[in-house]
Amino acid sequence: MNVHVKSIAACGPGFADWETLRGHFTAAAPLPADFAPKPQGALLPAVERRRASLTVRLAVDVAQAALQQSGLKAQDVALVFASSNGDTNTIHNICTALATPERFVSPTNFHNSVHNAAAGYWSIGAASMQPSTCLSAREYSVAAGLIEAAAQCATENLPVLLAIFDTPFPEPLHAAMPTRHVFGMALVLDAKPEGSLARLSLTVESAAAPNATRMVNDENLENLRLDSPAARSLPLLAALAAGGATEVTLDYADDLKLKVECHVVMTQTD
Amino acid sequence: MKTLPFQRGKGDRTVFVQALALTRYTVVNALGRGVAATLEALQSRRSGLRPCDFMDAALDTWIGRVDGLEIEPVVARLGEYDCRNNRLAQLGLAADGFDAAVAAARARYGAHRIAVIIGTSTSGILETELAYRARDAAGKLPPAFRYRTAHENYSVTDFVRRTLQLQGPAFTVSTACSSSAKVFASASRLIESGLCDAAVVGGVDSLCFTTMYGFSSLEIVSRQPCRPADAERNGISMGEAAGFALLEKTDGRGDAICLLGYGESSDAYHMSSPHPEGAGARLAMSQALQRSGLDAADIDYINLHGTATRANDSAENMAVAALFGGRTPCSSTKGWTGHTLGAAGITEVVIACLCLREGLLPASLNTVTVDPSFTMNVLLENRRQPVKRVLSNSFGFGGSNAALILGVAR
Repeated sequence: MNVHVKSIAACGPGFADWETLRGHFTAAAPLPADFAPKPQGALLPAVERRRASLTVRLAVDVAQAALQQSGLKAQDVALVFASSNGDTNTIHNICTALATPERFVSPTNFHNSVHNAAAGYWSIGAASMQPSTCLSAREYSVAAGLIEAAAQCATENLPVLLAIFDTPFPEPLHAAMPTRHVFGMALVLDAKPEGSLARLSLTVESAAAPNATRMVNDENLENLRLDSPAARSLPLLAALAAGGATEVTLDYADDLKLKVECHVVMTQTD
Repeated sequence: MKTLPFQRGKGDRTVFVQALALTRYTVVNALGRGVAATLEALQSRRSGLRPCDFMDAALDTWIGRVDGLEIEPVVARLGEYDCRNNRLAQLGLAADGFDAAVAAARARYGAHRIAVIIGTSTSGILETELAYRARDAAGKLPPAFRYRTAHENYSVTDFVRRTLQLQGPAFTVSTACSSSAKVFASASRLIESGLCDAAVVGGVDSLCFTTMYGFSSLEIVSRQPCRPADAERNGISMGEAAGFALLEKTDGRGDAICLLGYGESSDAYHMSSPHPEGAGARLAMSQALQRSGLDAADIDYINLHGTATRANDSAENMAVAALFGGRTPCSSTKGWTGHTLGAAGITEVVIACLCLREGLLPASLNTVTVDPSFTMNVLLENRRQPVKRVLSNSFGFGGSNAALILGVAR
């Protein structure tokens, strides 16, 4: 299955945007070790921004960055949001509240607790009635998101804004799901090749396929890849930065791999 | 199985879509285990709702609880997945010969050619809620707590995939109360794209404190059994359910019940209130009609989302009336099952299948006086008549809307 990449966004430890991460990939520009991104949720109206959690703001920011770069309007793209951990702080807030005698769950926490909260905020902020599909597949969420987004491109005749994001849980849940870093990325994908940066050919392969691609010679990014389910996308982002043709293998369910043949067709300019 | 796509739609809207048959379906809910229990309850107007007796929840409300979950753990080989939600999934997979039908499909297609896409809103969060109550003096969760296999969103899909020994593409769709309607759209796309030959779709959502106390704090939980579309309706009754369908390609011949169309949209209005005129709901329904190549007049019955909140039913009435006028019979079946949230879509798809199979239009149970401002045709009595096409609505928080059309293909 082929799909074309119109634009790319990324946000994580050491990089607030794709340009910074791409500079690291292409020119070995160092990523500041102490930089942690602070997503703003800039697209959201002030009243919604106040209610939006870190996870929501992260998702909205990477989605907006990719959309802007694509030149498309929010009303003209469908949404696929993939996240393993979901809204970590909200889940913690609710479970904490439910362990008190009052069991008072605040209305804002409750409506933020749905896994599609980020997509809901996006649709409000972007005034888009296009459908959104929000999914989870643990550390396979990157592969699952790509599959759903590419299948939508192939069958729905509409570009897709794919955002993949995860945030850390606070303690005590952090001990059970020890993601440490905020990481988000987004791609605008389309069945049509016009004006695209790259072509991705996706193939689902069974157990005999090679192991998932690692971030070789880049210990920090390899650690990030393993830290955050959403950061399993880093080898794909590296391939998109590298140019030319690169084959990337992503884990997909216990007994599957997703092979992504990445052909960069247009050099990105600074 | 080689089949040809068949043509649907009219004029320049013509699309070629692979028809998908629901070759086996099942449901477990407060009415009982398997489709026969749900059918019997629909026919006899027996509600599954009872005064809240869920664990130590101190809420003055009625719920659709599934009996036996407290004492029937998941099979030993998948013991690490044990939680209320996966226990409920297990009951569903064992009902109506669903597991055997999937085993036969596995032999036909190969395990890696059958996808698993399950909807849930809260998965196994009850495990985490209880673990937070049991934190030690240092604030740590109990050592036995299992986040990956018991709580997280993918747990239920992983559990279903392992139980059925499938190896195809898999993910959880979690879009609140539209989750297990949207799985049909995702599965349809995966099959049409050639990524799989068949799919197990469904939804599993179980009672938990997050939703019970969350909906309570929004003040949209009724103290009585819910009364969808009633002038005096005052909120939802929460329920729990598991339901599954096996989707396979078909040539559209015969009398198999097929997915004829789906529509999806976003309200872009508010996180927990529907668009007051149901604009998103209307868009989803009209897209489902368009995709199926059907007109409003071709729909024999609408299974409403019908949660029995003031806002939902009012918005849905406006959306339905705008597309269907006051003609098409419609009802919400949440008076029977309660609102099963992420499992509502599959629950009502299975009810739609029973309507089609049995020629039954269920009433809006518990509804006494239809809201006088409503113009949609709400059924107050069960009706028997041939049924060829059913539209089922599912809407969720975040303004996530899905509409499905089911029926015989030709």
